[in-house]
Amino acid sequence: MSTSSSTAHLDQDAREALAAELDALHAEVRADLGARDAAYIRGVIKAQRQLEAAGRALLLGSRWKPALAGGTVALTLSKVIENMELGHNIMHGQWDWMRDPAVHSTTWEWDAASTARSWKHSHNFQHHTYTNVVGKDRDLGYSAMRVDADQPWRPVYLAQPVYGMLMALTFEWGIALYDMELDAVKRGEKSKAQARQELRAFAEKALTQLGKDYALFPALAGRKGFARALAANVVANLARNLWVHTVVFMGHIPEPAETFTEDQYENETRGDWYVRQVTGSCNLDGSPLFHLMTGNLSFQIEHHLFPDVPSSRYSDVAPRVREICGRYGLPYHSGRLGRQYRSVAKKILRLSFPGGGPRAVAPAAFTPARAPEVPALALV
Amino acid sequence: MVERAAAPKIPMLRRRLLQAARAMTTPLLPDDYIGLLDPRWSTREATGSIVRVVPETDDAATVVIRPSHQWTAHKPGQYLRVGAEIDGRRHWRAYSITSDPDHPEQLVSITIKRVAEGLMSPWFVRHAKPGTLVFLGEVEGTFGLPDPLPAKILGISAGSGITPLMSMLRELDRRNGLDDVVHIHSVRTADRFIFGDMLRELAARRPGYTLHERLTGEHGRITPDELDDLVADWRERETFLSGPREMINALEAHYLENGSEDSVLHVERFQPVIGTGNASVGTGGTVFFRVQDVEAACEVGVSILVGGERAGALLPYGCRMGICHTCVGRLRAGQVRDLRTGELFTDEGQTIRTCINAPEGPIEIEL
Repeated sequence: MSTSSSTAHLDQDAREALAAELDALHAEVRADLGARDAAYIRGVIKAQRQLEAAGRALLLGSRWKPALAGGTVALTLSKVIENMELGHNIMHGQWDWMRDPAVHSTTWEWDAASTARSWKHSHNFQHHTYTNVVGKDRDLGYSAMRVDADQPWRPVYLAQPVYGMLMALTFEWGIALYDMELDAVKRGEKSKAQARQELRAFAEKALTQLGKDYALFPALAGRKGFARALAANVVANLARNLWVHTVVFMGHIPEPAETFTEDQYENETRGDWYVRQVTGSCNLDGSPLFHLMTGNLSFQIEHHLFPDVPSSRYSDVAPRVREICGRYGLPYHSGRLGRQYRSVAKKILRLSFPGGGPRAVAPAAFTPARAPEVPALALV
Repeated sequence: MVERAAAPKIPMLRRRLLQAARAMTTPLLPDDYIGLLDPRWSTREATGSIVRVVPETDDAATVVIRPSHQWTAHKPGQYLRVGAEIDGRRHWRAYSITSDPDHPEQLVSITIKRVAEGLMSPWFVRHAKPGTLVFLGEVEGTFGLPDPLPAKILGISAGSGITPLMSMLRELDRRNGLDDVVHIHSVRTADRFIFGDMLRELAARRPGYTLHERLTGEHGRITPDELDDLVADWRERETFLSGPREMINALEAHYLENGSEDSVLHVERFQPVIGTGNASVGTGGTVFFRVQDVEAACEVGVSILVGGERAGALLPYGCRMGICHTCVGRLRAGQVRDLRTGELFTDEGQTIRTCINAPEGPIEIEL
């Protein structure tokens, strides 16, 4: 049961009615999927691969500055789209209904340090099930940062504004380590054999990724172009990390997003679950191109309500979700990137120091969250 | 898991080159880029292009396909899984191959009868066009001519069950093996006889081939007792049976009861729909899907797959007739019954096909 100050007015009957409306909306969209949607995702895949090929081709001429600049931009954009609109969404199973083995959550592999398998477990299962439940949702601060006042303060958090920035730049590597959940081995929740196997898969993938970006393609640019092509690949990967980190942190951490305790999570009804997904997520406003570059995670609320609905449908669904939320008096958080970014930055700074909870005495429903079981994972 | 086409045969050199090019495309494969230019160039899945669709009767057509890669020779009587994308979704069905194994132009054909409430057969018969891309699965099936060829053959077919027999007859014709073949084909009306003209012509040309056309619209279905009148020496013949379930069941029982020890019976079953409650096998039961957290009740003859779908679970499936193994789940508790054979499976931990198995009492499945 999740009840907080903003949703306390919703009794179980109202929550049941809300769930029925959202279920009906979900069924309606899923039933309408067809050739148009298939053409969309194949179009994005094609555009992304063409952009990548063009970027790589331009970087072969890295000795010439216009080629270097154009190649870096094209490669960065293609890497962003590959991770966000393609990798994240396809691995969610949003396109599994097509039954095309080339565009399927069980076969897709992405250009990121995490193996698809590890990521699907930690993201699709853990984050989407335990969204914003303090101590359960490991995505909240990625077990390295204090992003909620209910997380107990420790001295290491004084440094989090600094290591937070470093983490942003190396995001894919942090995520890869985090996805393997090596701390679970220490707690005895994961077998050593499995951890070894995941580490081996990660090492293999990381090596081929590094080899491609930092050795093979720079080498193809020739002796004079090597250093510049290498730099272009470094820039593309860093820029992608920064962007992905930014979009991800805007999803659940901006100020109005609510967090929940494990007690609230226990005995949750379908309606409670929907309420938690809405109040725990924040959308970003922007143009269609902006939405594409965020992988439509700018529709974080719709994505969390319907993780298996194709991303291209979120913009159609959003006004209807917003209308439903309005009728039930549910807060629907949405803002432009700049505002949300400032809100997150302020929160991270404030929570690097002890305290930071709501000033007023918390209502009874706010039972203090149990300390996270997860020890901070050194990401830097 | 998702149902896939067969792996095409790729020449060694090309495979090596693709392997080397992986360094540039990792974590993707070179094929992911090559396939963007033309999906037929991909070496991931065997594909083909429809060359033409030849109407056979009002509601049946032969679809002629040019495989994109070297074709694995099939044996007459075998079937092929064919996949096609319809409204954004890929669907698979198995169809008997009706072309000769070594077609001069390396073409492969399947003959399809339109099932009104079906999905793929209407699409093939009415909408498929020359140039349309199809996916080709493995060639499968054990129904076919033995080696050496039998001296005396009896073929009994009905409706679209003619298709595997047609390719066997073609093979026999080519190998001059039509010495003593009796063929009884049942069809509602003469104009619905798929390959009717060809077979009548064959009967006129080859004295060793006798064709009995049974028009069930006028004379009703053939009964096992009538066999004695039509083919007095049926017991001595190697018999090939292909058609609807009821016909096969009746004739199989007849062979068991009245056949001699030497009677050899080959059977091809066409079961387009299994598990929707049309078979009265077993007791039915309840299924708990562990991963989906869904509980379903299955009446007698309802498969785990159909029961689960009716209860709202989104389950993997492919052919829905026990061929493709797309729908497998692991049996964690209880026992299941194969709706085709009636066989009971009780080993917990084994993988079972949900499309052809039904729960026998309460079961739990990991899927």
